[in-house]
Amino acid sequence: MKNWSRAVRTPLGLTGFGLLALTLFTAVFAPLLWGHQATSFDTDNMLAGASAQHWFGTDNLGRDIFFRVLVATRLSIALAVSATAISVAVGIVLGSAPMLLGRWLGRPIIGLVNTVVAFPGLLLVLFFAVVFGVGAQGAVLAVGFAGAPVFARLCHTLMAGVAGRDFVAAARVSGVGSGRILIRHVLPNIAEPLMVNATIGAGGVLLSFAGLSFLGLGVQSPAYDWGRMMQDGLTGIYVHPLAALAPGAAVIIAGLAFNLSGEAVARSLGVQIDVPWRAAVTPRRRRAPAAGARTGPDTDTDLVLDVRDLRVAFPHGDAEISPVRGVTFQVHRGEAVGIVGESGSGKSLTALAVADLLEFPARVDAERLTFLGADLRDGTGHRHLLGTSLAVVFQDPMTSFNPAHRVGAQLAEAARAHQRATRAQAWQRAVDRLRAVRIPDPRRRARQYPFEFSGGMRQRAMIGMGLMGTPKLIVADEPTTALDVTVQRQVLDMLQEVRAADGVAVILISHDVSVIAEVCDRVLVMYAGRVVEDLPAGELADGARHPYTRALVAAVPDMRSDIDAPLATIPGQPVDPAHVPAGCAYAARCPLADDRCRAQDPPLRTAADRSRVACWHAGEPLPILSDLAALEVDA
Amino acid sequence: MSILSLHDLTVRYRHTVAVDRVDLVVPEGQIVGLVGESGSGKSSIARAVVGLAPVSGGRIALDGRDLPRRGRRRPVQMVFQDPYSSLDPRMTVGDSIAEAIPHRLGRAARRSEVERLLHLVHLDPARAGHRPGQLSGGQRQRVALARALAGRPEVLIADEITSALDVSVQGAILNLVRDMQRELGLSMLFISHNLAVVRYVASRIAVMYQGRIVEEGPTAEVLADPRDDYTRQLLAAVPTGAGGRRPVRSAESGCD
Repeated sequence: MKNWSRAVRTPLGLTGFGLLALTLFTAVFAPLLWGHQATSFDTDNMLAGASAQHWFGTDNLGRDIFFRVLVATRLSIALAVSATAISVAVGIVLGSAPMLLGRWLGRPIIGLVNTVVAFPGLLLVLFFAVVFGVGAQGAVLAVGFAGAPVFARLCHTLMAGVAGRDFVAAARVSGVGSGRILIRHVLPNIAEPLMVNATIGAGGVLLSFAGLSFLGLGVQSPAYDWGRMMQDGLTGIYVHPLAALAPGAAVIIAGLAFNLSGEAVARSLGVQIDVPWRAAVTPRRRRAPAAGARTGPDTDTDLVLDVRDLRVAFPHGDAEISPVRGVTFQVHRGEAVGIVGESGSGKSLTALAVADLLEFPARVDAERLTFLGADLRDGTGHRHLLGTSLAVVFQDPMTSFNPAHRVGAQLAEAARAHQRATRAQAWQRAVDRLRAVRIPDPRRRARQYPFEFSGGMRQRAMIGMGLMGTPKLIVADEPTTALDVTVQRQVLDMLQEVRAADGVAVILISHDVSVIAEVCDRVLVMYAGRVVEDLPAGELADGARHPYTRALVAAVPDMRSDIDAPLATIPGQPVDPAHVPAGCAYAARCPLADDRCRAQDPPLRTAADRSRVACWHAGEPLPILSDLAALEVDA
Repeated sequence: MSILSLHDLTVRYRHTVAVDRVDLVVPEGQIVGLVGESGSGKSSIARAVVGLAPVSGGRIALDGRDLPRRGRRRPVQMVFQDPYSSLDPRMTVGDSIAEAIPHRLGRAARRSEVERLLHLVHLDPARAGHRPGQLSGGQRQRVALARALAGRPEVLIADEITSALDVSVQGAILNLVRDMQRELGLSMLFISHNLAVVRYVASRIAVMYQGRIVEEGPTAEVLADPRDDYTRQLLAAVPTGAGGRRPVRSAESGCD
């Protein structure tokens, strides 16, 4: 329902729902208010033109056309709505046949529906009109049944989408019958798109009715709807055009009312997330350099990436939320830096900001953001540098390749775009890079499509794409989360090899501490948009000083963890970026937290060994594990 | 509780054989871990047992009798991988759980049963009125567990129930699984691709590869002394973990 009310607030929705309200109001009240004027005969003014007395003139019996158009609203709308209702009802019954009757009976029904949909709508209407006979009732049935196949197909498609979801499977497993599943689970979940389509459909049905009545198959005298009035008015269209045009205009207005309202709701359903953001955004430069902080020349030649006080903000309602709140770190040549944290900790956003992949309305600020000595904050000038020297590997390799193009061509495209290589050179390099990431038979594989690759191979091909240039930094965002352990091993080894061979730096983002511990030299632990600890990866198990890091390590079972003791858990919920508490963000979940933690946010302090930690109680002993486990965990 | 046994189970989808003549026993009151790569047929076994996948051959038995896979009373219940998809977004938590109670109950009895189940999975009974959208991933997975328990199952199947969850929550769910197994004496088939997780919860372990079970035995034995090549490969691939203390990297880069 939220979507409907939001739809009303758009200009499109305002127009649509305004017209719809007007139409419905007229349909309800016009016969009561003006029923008399519409039927009274003015024998002095038969077939008269527009005048002050009769705004749209009169018909052949001297009845006022303006009032007749208004009064006809009720019948026209009632017919359209009931025909639509029949279409939807029959459509639901037909569409749910495969679910209720099983595949053997359902399939032919859907096959039939698909065949019928192929016929022109008007042909079906006429066919059914002949079957059901002339008159308003026959017309409603005819238009209703003629529209049913379209809704049947829509229902079938929508239902198939919902029926594939796990909650339907879960209901089946608990022994809930098909009928109940349909009513309790499937229909409520397809109701919204169905209603939107029905609303839009009603506009079309209105037109069908006008057509039918116009052909004389619909409403019969003395009853009248807009179509009937058009037919009556057509005979005199050259002398008295308003008699036909006025009801025609009414059809258009009412049709628009239905269409625009449905369209407005459909749009608000489709862009659910974007709407509030867009509405609140005031366009401003995306990368606003912090005042006065120009980057001086780099003295440290090994420095690949230098990030200081990186912030990422999104508009949220009237305010802004900052999922990344001041992150500072450096990556040196050949170094592998891991970023760990729960979902929502800002780890992926940090990486995306570094790779310049955040789009409006995200806003990236930093005191310093340099990649290979170039300041990334001043806009678009670094496309070439980023294109050749920075590679990004995402979690799901299926979505990062275009399924319609050959893998080799997609790799080659990178080289052609950034290195101006010829087509042949680029292809040669693509094959070579696929070989480098140990794709067997790369010449043949390059000509294949992404779906012909296994998950692990796709991920390696993705790394291969990153290697088309001469990357100095690979940003890998959960590169192995979607993969099996054996394949994960191959991909991680791949990254290590690339690193060792060319001195490429790696930023590896993962929620899996054990992966990070194995691959990385250094680990940044993020919580609520901040780095809370920065330590050598080898120290994770025993040398971590922040209670969050220690909890994170203890919560993940590995092949050595004590199977008799309960796993450590972190009570409570991660911080919502919209409500970051005062003081240390982790205080609410921390066993060491005291009043100071809740009031003052601890700064990220650098220790003598260059590790950093942001905690007032860094390194203090934690309460015994069993005490922690005894807390009622509501995670 | 009961013994779930699969004899010669075969699951075929059109031309592909997902499960190839598998024999597997889930002994009374024990957790059996089923590991293997994706596509090895782990989930197909689970779905076949609860009646979501066709059984093309073989037999599924509970305490020696054929397992009912239709009808209202289902002695084997399943918890799905993704708690964001396995709960109806339009239904309250309480309704979702109540729906899975097989016998008809009065309003008050139903409410108290839902409360009991929520309490069992360590959730505040007041959550019954919430919709899934208001819950975190871990809370949703607890609700999914409660729903599975509502059917008073004799055997529970858990299909990758922690892989869609954050690490901080995963531990809590695993603890809960172990507690429930001990308290209720449930027999369980615990499917996961994560060996460390299976090692933590399961007393026996079965390794699947290309639709067949290549190795089966007590967890400690299989992990300490794997007999099958694939099991060895699997073990070698597991990250050594944070407890590994500076793993020797060069030694591992060879196993591809």
